[in-house]
Amino acid sequence: MATVEDRQFRVEPFPGGTPGNQRLVEEGRLPDYDVVGTRPIRHDGTDKVTGRARYGADIKLSGLLQGYVLRSPHAHARIVSIDTSRAAEVPGVHAVCTNADMPSADHRAGDLGEGMVDWYHLNQNVLANDKVLYTGHAVAAVAADSVHIAEEAARLIEVEYEVLPPVLDVREARGADAPVLNDDVRTDRQPAGETGDTPTNVAKHFHYEKGDVDAGFAAAELVIEREFTTETVHQGYIEPHTATAFWSPDGKITVWTSTQGSFMIRMQVAELLDVAISKVKVVPMEIGGGFGGKIAVYLQPVAAVLSRLSGRPVKLNMDRSNVFDATGPTPGSYMKVKIGVDAEGKITAGEAELLFEAGAFPGSPINPGCMCVFACYDVPNGRIDGYDICVNKPRSNAYRAPGSTHVALATETIVDEICEAQGICPVEFRLKNAVKEGDERVDGVTYPPVGMWETIKAVELSDHWQSPLEGPNRGRGIASGFWFNFGGNSVVAATVNEDGTVSLIEGSTDIGGTRASVAMQLAEILGIAAEDVTPTVVDTDSIGHTDVTGGSRTCHATGLAAIKAAEDIQAQLRQRAAMLWDVESEQVEYGDGATLTGPEGKTISFQEISGKLTQTGGPVVGRGSVNADKHGGAFGTHIADVEVDPDTGKVQVLRYTVVQDVGTAIHPSYVEGQMQGGAAQGIGWALNEEYHYGDDGRLHNASFLDYRIPTCYDLPDIETIIVEVPNPGHPFGVRGVGEVPIVPPPAAMANAIFRATGVRMRSLPMSPPKMLHELLASDG
Amino acid sequence: MRDFEYEAPMSLDDAVALLSGNPAAAKPLAGGTDLIDHIRTRRLEPDLVVDVKKIPDLNVLELGDDGLRLGAAVPCYRIYGDPQIAAAYSAVADSCRIIGGTQIQSRASVGGNLCNSGPAADSTPSLIALAARVVIAGPGGRREVAAEDFCTGPGQNVLESGELVVEIVFPARPAVGGSHYRRFIPRNEMDIAVVGVGAAVELDESGQSFVSARIALAAVAPTPLYVEAAGAALAGQPVSDEAIAAAAAAAREAATPIDDMRGTVEFRKHISGVLTERVIREAVARARGEETGYRIGQ
Repeated sequence: MATVEDRQFRVEPFPGGTPGNQRLVEEGRLPDYDVVGTRPIRHDGTDKVTGRARYGADIKLSGLLQGYVLRSPHAHARIVSIDTSRAAEVPGVHAVCTNADMPSADHRAGDLGEGMVDWYHLNQNVLANDKVLYTGHAVAAVAADSVHIAEEAARLIEVEYEVLPPVLDVREARGADAPVLNDDVRTDRQPAGETGDTPTNVAKHFHYEKGDVDAGFAAAELVIEREFTTETVHQGYIEPHTATAFWSPDGKITVWTSTQGSFMIRMQVAELLDVAISKVKVVPMEIGGGFGGKIAVYLQPVAAVLSRLSGRPVKLNMDRSNVFDATGPTPGSYMKVKIGVDAEGKITAGEAELLFEAGAFPGSPINPGCMCVFACYDVPNGRIDGYDICVNKPRSNAYRAPGSTHVALATETIVDEICEAQGICPVEFRLKNAVKEGDERVDGVTYPPVGMWETIKAVELSDHWQSPLEGPNRGRGIASGFWFNFGGNSVVAATVNEDGTVSLIEGSTDIGGTRASVAMQLAEILGIAAEDVTPTVVDTDSIGHTDVTGGSRTCHATGLAAIKAAEDIQAQLRQRAAMLWDVESEQVEYGDGATLTGPEGKTISFQEISGKLTQTGGPVVGRGSVNADKHGGAFGTHIADVEVDPDTGKVQVLRYTVVQDVGTAIHPSYVEGQMQGGAAQGIGWALNEEYHYGDDGRLHNASFLDYRIPTCYDLPDIETIIVEVPNPGHPFGVRGVGEVPIVPPPAAMANAIFRATGVRMRSLPMSPPKMLHELLASDG
Repeated sequence: MRDFEYEAPMSLDDAVALLSGNPAAAKPLAGGTDLIDHIRTRRLEPDLVVDVKKIPDLNVLELGDDGLRLGAAVPCYRIYGDPQIAAAYSAVADSCRIIGGTQIQSRASVGGNLCNSGPAADSTPSLIALAARVVIAGPGGRREVAAEDFCTGPGQNVLESGELVVEIVFPARPAVGGSHYRRFIPRNEMDIAVVGVGAAVELDESGQSFVSARIALAAVAPTPLYVEAAGAALAGQPVSDEAIAAAAAAAREAATPIDDMRGTVEFRKHISGVLTERVIREAVARARGEETGYRIGQ
């Protein structure tokens, strides 16, 4: 068998895309599908572009009350007392609630699919009754005839606080004399399984080790160790959180909300309100972005409690400042990383110490950070220590490849420094050190077939890399990144209609075009058009348990369920054809062109037999239920060209290309959209996004004015190169796409900035004041 | 949002009467793009909001031989939408093109921007550079103040209780004159000035020397800042790198910024000089009728 280096590749336009949409093709190996890889118009497109799609806040119900949540003005305080009596007396107020109106919770762990939660901490996060741990922490809520009345009444709630000193920095928070946020937190050391015995902010300590680290560094010709910091950033979804709930007198609770996982909302509401999950129905509305931040509950249990108290349905909406104050974010971090290489530029050892902000309660993505820090490279000897540390900021949540973007900044910047020091081309270094099938990660996982090497090959062959960048103050950087992707539980049901179409119902809420990509997989198997499948996302009473739309799992796992449902339909249709022809079903084949063939040249099309189902035993429903465990990890490598204004420190992105192994692109347009969107968020994180806190722990920039995500003026048309190294764990090879593209941008930008200015930026964001400061310092 | 009463008088006298009748708790509303937000965030808590957009005096936009009259409620888009005004008073047009997006520019007014009196207001340095005067009406009659004397602190100005701004009047532009406003923002659009600079220059007939210049800064002091010394550094000098650098040094010297989340003292002082140079060069190019490289977001 030829080695990977002998294979022949080219980069070419991906059919149906714009000129910037390309793919890597290996000579003699082009995928051959009818529907997969095409670009049909999405099924929900018309509703979305005409404004008819119903998002969370669009729900209207008879007798609907509007709610308002009172939030803490302090970053850290003990709640001495809460008096709601004056609020309850305001005309138009129907209910006032505090944590006392919820069942008490105890310390048990729950799995939300993209992170674990302690039920007591979630209870305290939804409505605090002991301590407030960040500005914006919810303490009480009011339901009234209008949101204005509710707000006026909420301001009459008297909360007496004993204000405590806040701690905002991970290095300070782990110190012995730091104020401790949660007196119930003890350090949980993994994988040792030991638990500390004193209250602390350090909730977790992960330790991984492989090989002989000291010998690895001793064998190195060059060792580079650097420190990095990143600030707290928010997912920045356009739609604020919203929830509407009705607690019926018969004990059933209905929740209308926009969420990444309706079944996870059902579980959390049931758990926090101490009712059976079957008593809770969650109706998922369209969602205006989540990126990991719309999995945990905030408003849903509170709206339900207000409904129980008032007997009416209650709607709670956050405004943008609530979203920044109390939801998201992804952690700020401190990282110290060390890499050693031999004279040929081969990595001999790596070491990392990673401190992530948990926010108010334990639960940062520190473990994935540990697992990703050296994930792109064959690191023979490695040691990784990661700490999850509570600080007086909102409880951190998943954000697109949680933890991996942070660590890529560190590793990929050091790799670039090594290339600079050893005079090695960054592409060559990565081709030499890229992980391949069979390599073992520092945390002990051995890679199945992966496409890291192929993404670098695509960079090397790309027009972008081969076009010289000229002009003063300009530079080009590249960086790579990894994400695991995920499988998990998904269920679909597919009903064959008499006209030869299929109604597909699914539990996966559609954030990134999964109605289309899941329907296309069913269509591919059945040999029908994507347009002949009508996908519908239904509520939790109408389909089986489906995990969150997160972890880049939906196209993979819900796609697998759709494939199973299609195969189930095929099997049933073979029986029906056998019945029509009076033969055995084993004699019937479901072949190409959606045609069933039997003995003696008998044929019947999918469309024809669909019209005969009621005469042959009744309608056909295909069923697909999976617990997918063969997800495929994926790599991306980005190329950034920047120009830095030497007088202002402002960084302009001139050209940007995202190269990513996606396994197989089901709907290339949505794959490219994910790649571009992830890069856009990563560039924002790199350049300007950050939470600004005062010394008193108050968040100063809880608005899109001073929390700067990129606008369309700030980004070039982001080019894409899709790499397709199929995942052997999926019939079409799907790996997942949504998370990898946010990982490389900050490092790619930092490396490009270095080549433009000679200045190494090791602290995010690389905003103009910080950039100019470094430029002025380097001048003089 | 907190409850308040709303009135929309049709005459200046009625507006003054409404504002004077409840001076502590009444606020005039033009585009409302700042006021409504301030009420929503409780920075302001008026009981009465007086919409001034229906008063003819506040909607005047007239370019004549002796200058420009700009009614206090005229929305931004009307200013850059008038080619003659945009050419003659291009600094104000520059400001109006970058205040918010299209929707905001259809509502927000230069008068409102001035009365909101934010240190980072994008149109006020242009008013100062173009030597505008502010016409105020109140229970005591009419009065005028120079644009640079209007603001007295962050969110504070010379308006007495019951007074409102009627219009802003600009002197006629010189034969060889040019003006420009630009701001530094971390992004390329939809942002608030970290530093803003407005400049108006008059050149001699040859276009080779400065006759006079006025320069004003935003976001580097408690109020928009008229830097007389920067203009003085240019007056009578040939158009040269040295003269422009001297003006920039004066601007940098005059800036007294604070450290905040939008920028550091070091950054704002440095940028004051950088932008002043760039803005003067653009104003000179415009005075000479040269093609210029300026585009929004640079």
